[in-house]
Amino acid sequence: MAGKILEIKNLRKSFGQDLVLADLSLTLPEHSVKVLIGASGSGKSTLLRCVNLLEAIDDGEIFLDGEDISAYGIDPDVVRSSIGSVFQSFNLFPHLSVLENITLAPRHVHGKSKMAATNEAMELLARFGLAEKADQYPDLLSGGQQQRVAILRAVINRPKVLLLDEVTSALDPILIAEVLSLISELKTAGMTMMIATHEMGFARQVADELLFLHNGRICEVGDPAILLESPKTPELQDFLAALRGAGRL
Amino acid sequence: MSYQPSPLRLQREEARRLASRRSTWLALLSTVVVGVILILVVTGSPGFARVRETFFSAHYAWKALPQVLSGLWLNLRVMLIAEIFVLIFGLLIALARTTKSPVLLPVRLLAAAYTDIFRGLPLLLVLLLVGLGIPGLQISWLPNSAVLLGTVSLVLTYSAYVAEVIRAGIEAVNPAQRMAARALGFTQTQTQRFVILPQALRKVTPPLLNDLVSLQKDSGLISVLGAIDAIRAAGIQTAQSFNFTPYLVAGALFVALTIPLTRFTDWLTRRQDRARQQQGQW
Ligand SMILES: Nc1ncnc2c1ncn2[C@@H]1O[C@H](COP(=O)(O)OP(=O)(O)OP(=O)(O)O)[C@@H](O)[C@H]1O
Ligand SMILES: [Mg+2]
Repeated sequence: MAGKILEIKNLRKSFGQDLVLADLSLTLPEHSVKVLIGASGSGKSTLLRCVNLLEAIDDGEIFLDGEDISAYGIDPDVVRSSIGSVFQSFNLFPHLSVLENITLAPRHVHGKSKMAATNEAMELLARFGLAEKADQYPDLLSGGQQQRVAILRAVINRPKVLLLDEVTSALDPILIAEVLSLISELKTAGMTMMIATHEMGFARQVADELLFLHNGRICEVGDPAILLESPKTPELQDFLAALRGAGRL
Repeated sequence: MSYQPSPLRLQREEARRLASRRSTWLALLSTVVVGVILILVVTGSPGFARVRETFFSAHYAWKALPQVLSGLWLNLRVMLIAEIFVLIFGLLIALARTTKSPVLLPVRLLAAAYTDIFRGLPLLLVLLLVGLGIPGLQISWLPNSAVLLGTVSLVLTYSAYVAEVIRAGIEAVNPAQRMAARALGFTQTQTQRFVILPQALRKVTPPLLNDLVSLQKDSGLISVLGAIDAIRAAGIQTAQSFNFTPYLVAGALFVALTIPLTRFTDWLTRRQDRARQQQGQW
């Protein structure tokens, strides 16, 4: 039995009067992939942002690899350096080439030499078919290429967990496929991931477990195929019916 | 199979060629007309002979040139030194104004007050206050050289302008860039240094260079404190001969000094516009 990389206990988060995460608990074992689904506003992004400490939480605890990262006095910079996060808008650094984007954190956060970082980055780029883009600037890449570079920029730091928030929402279907195949390869390589997505096909393919969020609570959990074929709660039934109605399932 | 341009394309290209030839001729013609009119108006004016003698005398220009040039050498040194300090202080003040840390609130307030005051004060006034006020205090260890105090005044005034330009650049960087950097584990300082500042400075290079051009030209104002710069040297010559040509010589030299920087600024702006156009960000 692999260890728990992430353990969230009774996490509560509100914006003003608006309770966004209501005493939410979950665990993420090493090498597992959990996928968050749920309607817009159900709290998926907020949950991911709480884990990498971009949001202050109201109550509860978050453990990363056994360490309480929600404790008072924890250095958020150190925590974030061991968590990989990729967002919907790729946010590559426009003044740096692809290679420089990827090597910036290894060099200045993780203390690698320029040469070691470059070698590692080139290896990673080659493995995912982006080697010839190494010296280009992000503006000249397609959206799919930019998003793959953004994922590699997080992966090169060997994060304990990779958080992906709607990484395909800004992309065309064909570009989505190349990003999704990268994520599938990362799963095969054993990366621990928590993913928020609206792509049900992808969720089914990559998830070890699907978590359905509704109003800041985990409403239903389970094997993706079972959950999507035979939802038990009326909330999930409604959500899937709405997706089917929109032709997205 | 080789490509044969269609008659339509040839026709279109011919029309375009004609139109471009026509606009070249029009531009040439209008330039000549305006030039002739200007010359006629100026040379035909009743005082022209006098003006030519007092402002455009080759004799006095040649005579004044050595003194004016050696004055210009002083301007040149003042410009370069002031520019270096202005860039350093401007950057520091801009950084002070954009920090969020609560400990630095007093620094932030001071920096804001500083930029407000020195952007509002006329440079001439700063020069007089610093250049005449400080020696007036008669504190023995304070410098009282006109050149030094003049340079200090330039730095005081232009640091405020440059700080505002750089601050605008920092605030124009998309906040998502900061978030992405923090998510990778960069500290505040590292984020500023590796991600925010490089983008900010790139955005504001043209207005920044504009301020430097303006500083170069205003370095001539230190002559009010008695420093023998190009303008002062020209003034001395003029006082001897009652001929104003030396001022014109000094003016021409100042223009010649700033032209490289203004051309460079234009070139940079055009290049950035083109880059932005390619990205379709209009
Ligand atoms: N910074 C904020 N300030 C105030 N309210 C916020 C903030 N961020 C999120 N919210 C609110 O929190 C709720 C959950 O938002 P969140 O972005 O986590 O949802 P989501 O599940 O990611 O939705 P989507 O599928 O659209 O991305 C929403 O009601 C949103 O309005
Ligand atoms: Mg979201």
